[in-house]
Amino acid sequence: MTATLVEEVPAHDAGTSRTPRRRRARTGLPLRGASGTSLGVIVIWMSLLVLLPLAAVVGKAFGSGWHDFWSSITSSTTADALKLTVGLAVAVSLVNAVMGTLVAWVLVRDRPRGAGIFELVIDIPFALPTIVAGVVTLAIYGSKGIGPNLFGTRLGIFVALLFVTLPFTVRTVQPVLVDLDRDAEQAAASLGARPQTVFRRIVFPQILPAVVSGATLSFARALGEFGSLVLIASNIPHKTLIASALIYGKLQETTASAEQQAAAIATVLLVASAVVLVVLDLIQRRIARRG
Amino acid sequence: MASLSRTRRFAAVTAVAVAAAVGVTACSSSTGGRTINLVAYSVPKPAYDALSAAFAKTSQGKGFTLNASYGPSGSQSKAVAAGQKADYVGFSTEPDLTKLVPSKVASNWNAGPTKGLVSDSVVVITVRKGNPLGIKGWDDLVKPGVKIVTPDPASSGSAKWNILAAYSHVLAQGGTETQAAAYLTKFFKNVVSRASSGSDATQQFLNGTGNVLISYENEAITARQKGEPVDYIVPDQTILIENPAAVTKGASKIASDFLSYAESEQGQEIFASKGFRPVLAGTKIGQVQGANDPSNPFPTPQHLVTVASLGGWSVVNDKFFGTSGIVTKIEQSA
Amino acid sequence: MADSALIGTPAGTLRRDGPSRARRRERASATTLGLRTVALFYVTILVLVPVCVLAYRALKPGLGAFFTSLNDPAAQHAFQVTAVVALVSVLIDTVFGVAVAILLVRYRFPGRRLLSALIDLPIAVSPIVVGLALVLVYSPTGWFGPFEQSHGIVIINAKPGMILATVFVSLPLVARAVIPVLEQVGTEQDQAAASLGAHAFTRFIRITLPTIRIALAYGVVLALARCIGEYGAVLVISGNISGQTQTAPLLIGDDFQNFEQDQGYAIAFVLVLIALVAILLGAFIRRRQKRGT
Repeated sequence: MTATLVEEVPAHDAGTSRTPRRRRARTGLPLRGASGTSLGVIVIWMSLLVLLPLAAVVGKAFGSGWHDFWSSITSSTTADALKLTVGLAVAVSLVNAVMGTLVAWVLVRDRPRGAGIFELVIDIPFALPTIVAGVVTLAIYGSKGIGPNLFGTRLGIFVALLFVTLPFTVRTVQPVLVDLDRDAEQAAASLGARPQTVFRRIVFPQILPAVVSGATLSFARALGEFGSLVLIASNIPHKTLIASALIYGKLQETTASAEQQAAAIATVLLVASAVVLVVLDLIQRRIARRG
Repeated sequence: MASLSRTRRFAAVTAVAVAAAVGVTACSSSTGGRTINLVAYSVPKPAYDALSAAFAKTSQGKGFTLNASYGPSGSQSKAVAAGQKADYVGFSTEPDLTKLVPSKVASNWNAGPTKGLVSDSVVVITVRKGNPLGIKGWDDLVKPGVKIVTPDPASSGSAKWNILAAYSHVLAQGGTETQAAAYLTKFFKNVVSRASSGSDATQQFLNGTGNVLISYENEAITARQKGEPVDYIVPDQTILIENPAAVTKGASKIASDFLSYAESEQGQEIFASKGFRPVLAGTKIGQVQGANDPSNPFPTPQHLVTVASLGGWSVVNDKFFGTSGIVTKIEQSA
Repeated sequence: MADSALIGTPAGTLRRDGPSRARRRERASATTLGLRTVALFYVTILVLVPVCVLAYRALKPGLGAFFTSLNDPAAQHAFQVTAVVALVSVLIDTVFGVAVAILLVRYRFPGRRLLSALIDLPIAVSPIVVGLALVLVYSPTGWFGPFEQSHGIVIINAKPGMILATVFVSLPLVARAVIPVLEQVGTEQDQAAASLGAHAFTRFIRITLPTIRIALAYGVVLALARCIGEYGAVLVISGNISGQTQTAPLLIGDDFQNFEQDQGYAIAFVLVLIALVAILLGAFIRRRQKRGT
């Protein structure tokens, strides 16, 4: 019984069954007594820690009314910063979708010598402090670095973002590739299908949810990234100023409306994060339904 | 039921333990006897590091250490007003300090011999080594192709000094207020950055942004002391930068001692060695590495404007940076 | 063009094929090589080389200068602050991560899906927004401000605020590491023990904890790396007071601001080493986990 549980339940979805195929008993004790206390403690903690502050951001953003909120995010500097941030995040996600899948593919199917080291290397951006990621980028692409000077360019920001988002697609696609059932591929190959047809028709559709998942995670991360960009971005409005840096700058300002403007931009980012979570959840449910 | 109460107890104990851990760290932020919290604007770190080391060697300051926080002058002032612990505050502009009076700082903070000031400087124009654009003064800055790096007045004290210097140079040349405002508009058209502090602006410039940096004289000297490839010009017309400092209400005696030390002859000599113009007349100024002429590091500009001559900070702050101020209007129309 | 050796058959298996197939296999090997080169080159140039350059730059001034940078009081304080904040945060993460995991897997209640989504939220929120959010609630001018002031509690610009921020961003990691294992294990043993009269607490210690031990260790390692490395949120919350609230990552940022690149690179290198240790530990734990099942 536990074996079927493992195969059918994806990590994110704790036990909601939708299709009759997934005959998973609605496990779950009702909540009462001791567990009720624990849950109460946790809910209070999570509210204090997560919900209240985020609500405060939205509250502050709209505190002076819709008009002020709208003018905050449509001011020329802010609008350009948001456009740049989203544009970079999309570009990074697209590159990651391709390269991340490719890297995962090579690691799983090709298994070249020395792959072990690369497995560890891929996790480095995930384990590093973001500022250190920035230092790493600066070591090569800074004004005193050994590579081309990318300080103050959008390309510099792009490279830094690629660095920090590398693990996301690789690590979402890899496990799916490992678990892939090869029978269909072998059958197709033995029937004479060319390798790229097999990939396009059989493999790719199966890994697509994972690829999209990884790309979405990259997008979310790139949208809000700050620490790794501090050293390489020059924060010039309309050129290299991204949303998180703009928010940080506004927090330094002493004008009365600065905090409200910061909260407004933050709210836009939060909405984007919420959309990301919804998309991820939908993908997870599709995977679960596929079973 | 025993099992329920056991688990309930476990949950309660855990919650208490966690709260205690957080609480302990909350209470442990009081400083040791000889350590003070210093909150300052973004550029004087080299000076305060040297001052703190020298003070610790005196009998009065034995064991003295500094917990320092540096940042944009306006933001730092806002943080202290909002509760950030501070025993000694040193800002770029006077309003950033008077904002804390009387809630955090006593109203007689400027009654001392140096009138509450701890260092002076002037606004200079910093350029790449060799001055490739041949900048000689303010009027060269509004030419096409000049990209000015200067911080954002909404958070930075340095920015305000820069703007006032740019504006008043026109007056010093005999121009009218209208002409000065027109100059400022052209000036802002060439500004490319939005750094939040003087120190940020310097870093941006050193990293390759823009081709001209407006900064404190001491920042330019510090950069050159660290070997950065820059030159600076003291324009013929510029403004006298006056940096105030004070101890907060309830600060320990050693904080006041440190302030007195900073304002004393030894302290002022240390400031001078780091490129600041001393406030104490007659301070011995040795060779200042990094200055254009190390043996005459602080030349007197032809026309040195002071904020007092512009009407004082309360007038100036409103006139330029208030809601309908000259600069505010320029930024809004940009 | 995908290689036939990669699709359908385990890598490296030879097939008794005709000459055309052999030719295709040779051509295909070129493709394999091509893909392999591109993938590994990408990872090398993006991650491996820059990290090596950082190591080189950190050690270039010489080992003596390297250790001088690290022994500087500001650096020492920064490491201490980082350690305190990270350890307390990981402790909190562990307690609540395990508790949330158990609740989500073993119990049903209204709002279960919402709680699950809530836990994932921190991954998608920008660190600066986290900092801003906490400031709006806990600063003296925030929602809880008056309450804090009348009780003498200081959260912002002090360690408690930093712990809050660090816990916020690392909360999902322990829970998400533990949940799959809990689901896999199921509740049979637990229910059997319950039917034999064991208390909930005993069941947790004796039955649940041992089964999730390895996954928990993995989650803790991930969380620890995250807590040590947090920058943006802590920057906003802490006031960056050297000696008190300045963590190692914050000091690195300051160093590059203050022309102190040597120290910046030195501390960055130390943090890289710590990250590598975390990765190796994680990989080791993972291997034990695989062997265990």
